[in-house]
Amino acid sequence: MSALHGLMAEFDDPKAVVEAAEAARMAGYRKMDAYSPYPIEALSEALALPKSHVAKICLAGGIFGLVAGYGLQYWSSVIEYPMNIGGRPFHSWVAFIPPAYETTILFAAFSAVLGMLALNGLPQPYHPVFNVPAFAGASRDKFFLCIEAEDPLFDVEKTRAFLAAQPGVAAVAEVQP
Amino acid sequence: MTNATHPVPPALERMLTPTLALGVGALAVCGLGAMQSVEQFLRSYLFAFFFWVSVPIGALGLLMLQHLTGGRWGALLRRFFEAWSRTLPFAFVLFLPVLLGYAKIYPWAHPAEGDRIVAHKALYLNGAFWIGRAVFYFALWSLFAWLFSKWSAEQDRDGLTPRLSSNYQALGGGGLVALVLSVSFASIDWGMSLNPHWFSTIYGVIYLVGAAMAVMALSIVLLARFAHDEPFLHVVRKDTIHDLGKLLFAFNMLWAYTNLSQFLIIWSGNLPEEIPFYLARVNGAWGALGLFVVLFHFVVPYAVMLSRDVKRSLRLLAPVAGWLVLMRLVDTYWMIGPDLAGHHGAESAAFHPHWMDVLAPVGLGALFVHLFLRQLKSRPLVPQHEAELEPEAAHAAPAHA
Repeated sequence: MSALHGLMAEFDDPKAVVEAAEAARMAGYRKMDAYSPYPIEALSEALALPKSHVAKICLAGGIFGLVAGYGLQYWSSVIEYPMNIGGRPFHSWVAFIPPAYETTILFAAFSAVLGMLALNGLPQPYHPVFNVPAFAGASRDKFFLCIEAEDPLFDVEKTRAFLAAQPGVAAVAEVQP
Repeated sequence: MTNATHPVPPALERMLTPTLALGVGALAVCGLGAMQSVEQFLRSYLFAFFFWVSVPIGALGLLMLQHLTGGRWGALLRRFFEAWSRTLPFAFVLFLPVLLGYAKIYPWAHPAEGDRIVAHKALYLNGAFWIGRAVFYFALWSLFAWLFSKWSAEQDRDGLTPRLSSNYQALGGGGLVALVLSVSFASIDWGMSLNPHWFSTIYGVIYLVGAAMAVMALSIVLLARFAHDEPFLHVVRKDTIHDLGKLLFAFNMLWAYTNLSQFLIIWSGNLPEEIPFYLARVNGAWGALGLFVVLFHFVVPYAVMLSRDVKRSLRLLAPVAGWLVLMRLVDTYWMIGPDLAGHHGAESAAFHPHWMDVLAPVGLGALFVHLFLRQLKSRPLVPQHEAELEPEAAHAAPAHA
């Protein structure tokens, strides 16, 4: 069992990191992640990342907001405080739509943000990848592919040789845990 | 420019003759129907025209909009919008039956004895001024369409010069203001004045949003037919399809928003001069049709298009877009049908659709699509010298991967 977090390859070119990620996936690696200063759509596809559950959490929050917002209005104007306003029915569903819409948006937005934070584990004060000094470039102009030691195929020497053989690789570094 | 200089998808060539045949055939049969009843022909024809002219109008609006906002979706569909907008002079010719026969379908042409409300509006709603305005709208829109197409051809030849860039933006901004105002008046003239007692200040906005939605939906349908051939094969990208899907989704929400705004205000006010519009549309068969529109124009497509996968795949998005084109037509019928039937102010309106209500939109639609395809074919189908469409490095993920 290796004590490392993994091995990280550094690239200067976005295209190279996408190709390396694809090659790693073809070679059978699964526990890996890539880092880029800006979103690269092809990179998510190359890594074959599983679909995020944030969309479902957001939908559930929105439906809850819709039911809660409409229910609040129904409860207050029909059940608890029925008032005759200009002869309109207590259950004035047309007028209930805008507030119910607003609570839908409110709860959908909150659940999207909170769900995202719950699933990605942020804020995260410590992550091993920052132990590689060159990783500071990931927020500027460098691209990284990290194959983690948890991967069943991971072998320090073989994986290092595999990463070093990728076209466009600038350096391969050991990531201390 | 000859056809040999730029690639044209075979699907486009294949559609030219059938659309022309269907358009001329269906309208010829409607012409026979006109011998039976000129009034019914004009009603069905006006309904069909009011919907189909919204497509080139919406195209002109989106064309100006994308010159202001930029973005890859606009560059990809610019030729579609330009080609649609160049059908506007033809649309004027297709409007001639209504211009000649307006007195048979618009109630303000023969106001009832003692109808002081319509008499009061005669300064605006009279035949000569009404026809003059229509001529003015089409002249203005055709001018806009001509200028944008002319500049776009210059860009194909010489690249995007600073002069062209500032032309695009100046006419994009100023033209959009003029377009929104003129379309608002046109929709009042052609649609709202069918019920001259009724008024709604948001009517023009509802029509314009529906127009933008119709052209966006129809463009997605047509793009799906061409996307596997040159010149689209390498410029149609998944993220651009995603943008088109998001815009269609947003237009549908905006359509629902503007309609709900009108309904909420009139419903809350419950005033005798406003509420008859909805009484005629929420009772009886028209009410059932209205509920159908709410569910299948908005609720169901909204739920389907929430999915990211649907918005990103042309194969999944095209059927939804095609359905929305049909729903735009049905919604137009619901908007002006009760007034065309000629029952104003009643608790409910008679519902007796005529066979020409089906055949006229089919014929006019086929003819409009044919004119559009001919215009689209006459120039390169994607803009040349367009930075947005240049191939990029790692961002690119072809839609067919």
